[in-house]
Amino acid sequence: MSMERKLVMGNEAIALGAVRAGVRMVAGYPGTPSTEILETVAKHNDGSIHVEWSTNEKAAMEVGAGAAYAGARTLVTMKQVGLNVASDPLMSLAYVGVKGGLVIVSADDPGPISSQTEQDTRHFAQFSKLPVFDPSSPDEAYLMIADAFEYSEKYQTPVLFRPTTRVCHACVSIDLLPKLDVPEPEGFIKDTMRWVIFPRLSYQNHIKIEARNVELSEVFSSYDKNLLRKGSGRKGVVSGGVSFAYTSEVIPGDVPFLKISTPHPFPERLAKEFLENLDEVLVLEELDPVIEKELLQIAGKYHLNVNICGKLTYDTKNAGENSVESIRGDLAQFFGFEEAGTKDPGSVQDEIPQLPVRPPVLCAGCPHRASFYAVKKAMRGKKAVFSGDIGCYTLGNAKPLDMVDTCLCMGADVTIAQGLHIIERDTVNFAFIGDSTFFASGITGVVNAVYNQTDIVLIVLDNSTTAMTGHQPHPGTGVTMMGDVAAKISIENILRGIGLTWIETVDPLNLELAVNTVKRAAGEKGVRAVIFRSPCIAVAKPGKLYKVKQDFCTKCKVCISQLGCPAIAVNDGAVVVEPSLCYGCGLCSQVCPSGAIGEVESDE
Amino acid sequence: MNKSCLLCGVGGQGVVLASKLIAYAAMEQGKFVRTTETIGMAQRGGSVVSHVRMGTEVHSPLIPVKSADMLLAFEPAEAVRCLPYLKEGGTVIVSSKAVKPVTATLSGSTYEGTEMLEYLKKNVEKLAILDGKEICSQAGSAKVLNVALLGAAAASGVLDISVEEMEKAMAGNVKEKFLVMNRKALELGKTAFERA
Repeated sequence: MSMERKLVMGNEAIALGAVRAGVRMVAGYPGTPSTEILETVAKHNDGSIHVEWSTNEKAAMEVGAGAAYAGARTLVTMKQVGLNVASDPLMSLAYVGVKGGLVIVSADDPGPISSQTEQDTRHFAQFSKLPVFDPSSPDEAYLMIADAFEYSEKYQTPVLFRPTTRVCHACVSIDLLPKLDVPEPEGFIKDTMRWVIFPRLSYQNHIKIEARNVELSEVFSSYDKNLLRKGSGRKGVVSGGVSFAYTSEVIPGDVPFLKISTPHPFPERLAKEFLENLDEVLVLEELDPVIEKELLQIAGKYHLNVNICGKLTYDTKNAGENSVESIRGDLAQFFGFEEAGTKDPGSVQDEIPQLPVRPPVLCAGCPHRASFYAVKKAMRGKKAVFSGDIGCYTLGNAKPLDMVDTCLCMGADVTIAQGLHIIERDTVNFAFIGDSTFFASGITGVVNAVYNQTDIVLIVLDNSTTAMTGHQPHPGTGVTMMGDVAAKISIENILRGIGLTWIETVDPLNLELAVNTVKRAAGEKGVRAVIFRSPCIAVAKPGKLYKVKQDFCTKCKVCISQLGCPAIAVNDGAVVVEPSLCYGCGLCSQVCPSGAIGEVESDE
Repeated sequence: MNKSCLLCGVGGQGVVLASKLIAYAAMEQGKFVRTTETIGMAQRGGSVVSHVRMGTEVHSPLIPVKSADMLLAFEPAEAVRCLPYLKEGGTVIVSSKAVKPVTATLSGSTYEGTEMLEYLKKNVEKLAILDGKEICSQAGSAKVLNVALLGAAAASGVLDISVEEMEKAMAGNVKEKFLVMNRKALELGKTAFERA
């Protein structure tokens, strides 16, 4: 049988590995760096797999649990902070267990590169007492996801799978393997002593879980992806995840080397065997010292005379991501050899010229810019606080808009605005939330404001997509991951149902109307909602482009200093609209005090 | 023999696609390939860096500092930013056209790219500066800068990928209607490298 060689991204490898392993249900919520997993399954769906973007991670976890109760192999995907949202079902599900294999992918983000926290999913594994697999590369993830399904089914427990950004987003050439033979789901078999969680059942299952994890620790000590290289000498190195790949680049071939692919239950026998022959061990891992603490426990438990060095001993850094360079430095310090490249007497480079910074900004033509600008203009000189949320619109914090005063987690704009207002009643408190975030976790916050009679102005930035993570559909778009067209769920109707009476929907690109609407909303009491509806430029066709009529331009640069649009630049002293970047939103023409910006005529 | 190429530029310039085409060309030769991108939170206009590593003994998706055989830079300042990755005696191919960041416009600072090119000339022995603007206007689109740079990269021979192999990888992954234009860009890139 000929194998197909493909260049796949880590997330694609996880998806293709799950399809190979006979997955029947995939549910998740978009979040960098995990998003492409679910999208890839949807792309390779022969119709036998139900794929859905759930409204949030908790919904995904519970939908997934149901499918696994019915015996189907199920994949649930999210980023690490999504696991916080899904932690309620996760903790209980760990006690109840599953029938079909249930693998929960929670992608961690050392750095962090695009996350609020540097939290470590391996802690969640320990906390929930669930097994966790930690792939070191896309190629390993492709195979490991099948192992995860197998262990999940064999031990009838959910299993966590924890890739990190550099595994998720790296690509590798791999040979795709034939599909595994997996039986059809048996269906749900009623059994209240199994599927209904009660204190007594939890007690009994707790005993079983502890016994199972002792067994798994032993089984994982022989797992082929936990690797022990004996080597020579009395100093060894332990690593896991992508740090293992970095370490493999630079570690001398004869150094005793242990790779941990299952940080929980920890492969104790294997680790003990490794530690017994050594005086000193360096642990190289990202995020928290999870492996390091396990090794310390084993050393203590068996009275092993070995030093464990790592984050707890300040030998390695305790925040941010690792790299080949950082690990080369750690190894050099640990083994006492001179770091290659640190001394470079001959080639003293010239001082590097000052590099231009390219911070993330809202795209040219982004309707969020117009929305933020309208609120800013409407509230000029008034006491107002702007609470933001997670999405592209977090970028509204950048100058010159400077319109995000708080940002915490998904949905928290609505509720933080309430807390702020309760303490400072003379302030107008705005809550900015995107359409996808509104569905994911905004609604309960609005109910809270209505119920507790707290005055806020809710601004829904509805661009008809989940933009930041790459334009996924959501309940308001009427498109599903199965390719069906569903009824669009109306944000206005939801708000009306909750009891709001002041709801206005406006196109933010109509600046005057937008400003006036916000002014009126600010003057009212109660929970008022302005829905700024205008599609993301990535899902809408560009309009007529704009240009600066040089004869009229007074070079006041109000367009630049007020909007910060990437398409407006100064070239040889002249303010110009860069045609390759302009999307034709027309906001600049409405801001220009001289009427110098207008549409490009079709014959130009 | 392991080879690695670091590609850098600004979001929207086609850096990621170019890195994929190099990877495909290497895979066609039967080589094992690892690639990755560092894009961060930027949507458009942010710095984009693509790492391509080809060969057998490759573990890390990121090219270690001082080990890239080639730096293929779509923009002068991005070349300077990524220069630490270049190994001693490595090759830099850079497009001379600067992409101004929106912050430069806001702060009124002037960035034109010339001092970046001067810095590269002083510090890189094997340097080829391509007139990206001129090549694109000859090819008929600003969007073919990436393919033109690939033509130059292939012509240099540094990556053990010939212009013909690069052309094949490109042809298999570019829309039919843009093929003629991209072939022209590849050829222009090759010629520009030979002259540089």
